[in-house]
Amino acid sequence: MTYNLAISPDFKPDLISDWFVFNTWLQKQVNIAIHLELHHDFHEQHAAIESNKVDLIYANPYDISRLVRDEGFIAIARPSQKPDEAIIACKLERDFKDVTDLSGPLTIAQTSSLDVNTIGTIMLEPADISVDDINISSCANYVGVAKQLLKGEADIGFFLADAFNDLSSLVKSQLKPIISSEIHLIHHAFLVGPEAGEHIDAIRSSLLSMNQDKGGSVILNGLGFSSWEAMEQEDAEFMIDLIDTLTCG
Amino acid sequence: MNDMQIDHIVGDYQEHTINYFNGSSRKIYVTEKETVFPKGSLVVSRTNVDGVITHANKSFVDMSGYTEEEIIGQPHHLLRHPDMPAAAFADLWQTLKNGDKWHGYVKNLRKDGGYYWVYATAIPNIRKGVVQGYASVRREPSRKKIDEAIKLYASMQ
Repeated sequence: MTYNLAISPDFKPDLISDWFVFNTWLQKQVNIAIHLELHHDFHEQHAAIESNKVDLIYANPYDISRLVRDEGFIAIARPSQKPDEAIIACKLERDFKDVTDLSGPLTIAQTSSLDVNTIGTIMLEPADISVDDINISSCANYVGVAKQLLKGEADIGFFLADAFNDLSSLVKSQLKPIISSEIHLIHHAFLVGPEAGEHIDAIRSSLLSMNQDKGGSVILNGLGFSSWEAMEQEDAEFMIDLIDTLTCG
Repeated sequence: MNDMQIDHIVGDYQEHTINYFNGSSRKIYVTEKETVFPKGSLVVSRTNVDGVITHANKSFVDMSGYTEEEIIGQPHHLLRHPDMPAAAFADLWQTLKNGDKWHGYVKNLRKDGGYYWVYATAIPNIRKGVVQGYASVRREPSRKKIDEAIKLYASMQ
């Protein structure tokens, strides 16, 4: 049997080859056949999950909720010390120094990444801007968010902190962060679905010792983190509860 | 729960005796010093079903003025400020016991007698259909919403 592995579509495009290398490594470690399917966007990935075409997944925090509570997936590992944090940034020349300097009408450039957009929206709350005074400008990726700011098409942009830090120095020099989140509790995670349940122990063991394997360590560096950290079901449940509170009010 | 200690209080203070829902009471000292919410942070805590704090993140500990060792194991109403009407907390606990989310603006009391405002969301932690405890996540409120809450709560006292 060949299992399907999905990677949350919000990964950086230049990591495509690294995820394929990761998949090859994982197959060898666990001795099972795994097909890596990179979905173009969250919509496509959600359709694949609904059609039971996802058995293993490196999932966005928002998807973890549904996968765990509705689809019977089990969270086994998360990237060590790599929480999802967000940055609200604007063009360097703008006068905004603090979130409370912002007022409506306001155009926000954002991607489809729900966790970043939620954290960004929460960080905007102290400005007390009415929803009616906010326009959303959707972008395919964070480079697109930066471009909209530089062209003056958006006032502020929501970035995944890692993505903001990975912008070219030329682009970054023309932007300024207004606020950065310091939440530390929301992160992507590797989940195993019911069809692959018999391999959970082997997959978990491989991931948790990946940094001790020479080849595995190199792959992890390519993916942008140093190791996998064990994740218990309660860790996932609590993160789901936490996200639930963030979508309230 | 012990009375607050005067030597922990920073600045001029007023003395109050606060009565809790469980019939207990505590002597507290309150100052006018506000601590600003940490930008970009969430203040997170968890309690067991009896409202006793079991987990607290660093922002929660920092904002409370207590150490983590001092706050774990204490009832959550340790943070209750006398400006908060009892009805607000009655509503919170009733909502949670119904299995629903509660949210509202809360003025919390610090160990040093000062206070901080939050926008709090509390939810029951339900595992396999059973409530295991409660989680509360606080975020930074707008000053306008705080001013509205101050007026509302004063009218409820």
